[in-house]
Amino acid sequence: MADAQALRTAEAFPLRGVSPARPRRQVRRLGLQGSEFTWAVAFVIPYVGVFLAFVAYPVAYGLWLGSDPALYAELMSEPIYQRTVVNTTLYLVIGVNLKMFGALLLSGFFMRRGWWVKGLLIIYVLPWAVPALPSFMSIHWMLNGQWGLLNNVLWNVFGVDGPGWLETSRWLALGSVITSHIWKWMPFWTVILLAGRMAIPQELYEAAAMDGATGLKRFTYVTFPLLANLYLVCTLLSTLFTLGDFNSVYFVSGGGPALSTHVLATLGIRNAFEIARPELGVAVVMSALPLMIPLVILLMRKLHTTEVTL
Amino acid sequence: MSAAPMDGSPVRRRSNYRLRRNLTEAAALAFGLVLVVWTLTPIYNMVAVSLEPHGDVFTNDIWPAKPSLESFWIVVTEGHWYLEYFWGQFGNSLFVGGATVFLTLAIGSLASFAIGRMRIRYGWLVSNAALLTYVIPASFLAIPFYRIMNIYGLSNNLWAVIAAEVTFATPYAIFIFQQYGVSIPIELDEAARIDGASPTQVYFRIYLPLMAPALVAVGTYALLLAWNEYLYQFLLLSSKRSMTVPVALAQFLNSDEAPWNYMMATAIVYALPPVAIYYAFRRRMTAGLTTGGVKG
Repeated sequence: MADAQALRTAEAFPLRGVSPARPRRQVRRLGLQGSEFTWAVAFVIPYVGVFLAFVAYPVAYGLWLGSDPALYAELMSEPIYQRTVVNTTLYLVIGVNLKMFGALLLSGFFMRRGWWVKGLLIIYVLPWAVPALPSFMSIHWMLNGQWGLLNNVLWNVFGVDGPGWLETSRWLALGSVITSHIWKWMPFWTVILLAGRMAIPQELYEAAAMDGATGLKRFTYVTFPLLANLYLVCTLLSTLFTLGDFNSVYFVSGGGPALSTHVLATLGIRNAFEIARPELGVAVVMSALPLMIPLVILLMRKLHTTEVTL
Repeated sequence: MSAAPMDGSPVRRRSNYRLRRNLTEAAALAFGLVLVVWTLTPIYNMVAVSLEPHGDVFTNDIWPAKPSLESFWIVVTEGHWYLEYFWGQFGNSLFVGGATVFLTLAIGSLASFAIGRMRIRYGWLVSNAALLTYVIPASFLAIPFYRIMNIYGLSNNLWAVIAAEVTFATPYAIFIFQQYGVSIPIELDEAARIDGASPTQVYFRIYLPLMAPALVAVGTYALLLAWNEYLYQFLLLSSKRSMTVPVALAQFLNSDEAPWNYMMATAIVYALPPVAIYYAFRRRMTAGLTTGGVKG
């Protein structure tokens, strides 16, 4: 393939009046020559420029801002930060797993035949289609203890006086935030896993049914082994996205009551812009690196190997 | 749940089988109903609050007693202190969205053409850099990004926002384009080059037309990203005239007695275009996501 290409480009050059000056071996290694190489470089330069100016430079600048060890000592002794770490862990462990497992089950549900299931899917993806901000603001008001829809329903229908979901207790507020996050993002992952399920050939199920694998066995011995890799990649990706999720916390609970429901993403912004200590904000974000780096390495490897196996 | 018990297990008597089938169908319907309630409650709340007439937000109604479209009229006519520049802000959002789409498609397709089709040396390095940017949470870069925009002299400038959105949309674009580009035979490029086409001609006449489905998918993604994103727009834009809609929307929360009905009406007007675009391109979006995004 590479030979053929080198040959053809070498043939092409005399036509354009450019003589292939380089020896053959070098041509094969480079793949491109002369003006072609210049063009290729010109084509990648815009992206390389964007990457250097808006990713590499901010990353380096951030590392420099957060390089003072004293910042981390200060963070560790802060009760708000300690609570934030606990919140972030709960948010990741409970939020990501409930969301992904729910998406896995629901993608099976949406494999059912029938017109109403298709219609339901169109409604079900609505949280993904609606921008995050309006939905989370609406949820914020909906959970208002005095005037919110949820407590109005509880009172009018069941005669129960509901709690102030976001105003009174840390755990209620954190639970509300996690639920909102699941509400917003589960449809997205359901659609991805649904596509994964649809890619499984029907013959496999037929063969498995011959061998007596039906019901739950069909899932554990056929569907899940085939979906496992996709499920893992999705979970890793979702963990990183959830770690960076700012909107759910900021607009549903706003970090309250009494700063007890912050996560790393929102606390970093608060430190940097509300109490005007950017280096402390960067330190908050950087403290997620021990979790992020292994995740990123694992995910990059997975994304590469899956390209090959497909 | 995956095991739809319709097929498979041989049931001896037909009526028995039918009964079971009807029962599972009924259970599925009941579950579907729960799912609809779960999905639509926050959206129902948004609509119900926006239909409350002036000042009647503080009620215990489940549906407004006298629903009215007054709030929407206020939004459309910019009839409130917080909505002074609504249409200008709407225009800003459109401008940011349009510029993000154009730049993301241009930069992303040029880069993946050079990497995937022209096979430039160290191309893998560039695509790895893109992949790395894709998996790093954008909100984690916000603080240094904000400071760097000040260094570049772009504070309170829409181009700073465009730069941010393009930065976070292009990696996904490169990822999708490279995956999709594999399905286009490289022989087409080679044949064109033998006929004397220059790289730019190959790019414009062969690569771009054949990449059309991927371009649509990525374009939609970039547009929705730019329209929906909040954090960077909030940090980078400070004056009312230069704000985009989501920033203006969140401004409502600054006052103690936020006019929730106007706010929810604004939210609905803001949410309608992306929802329409989403449903119009739904198949393309999911196709793009599953072929490139996270296929395992």
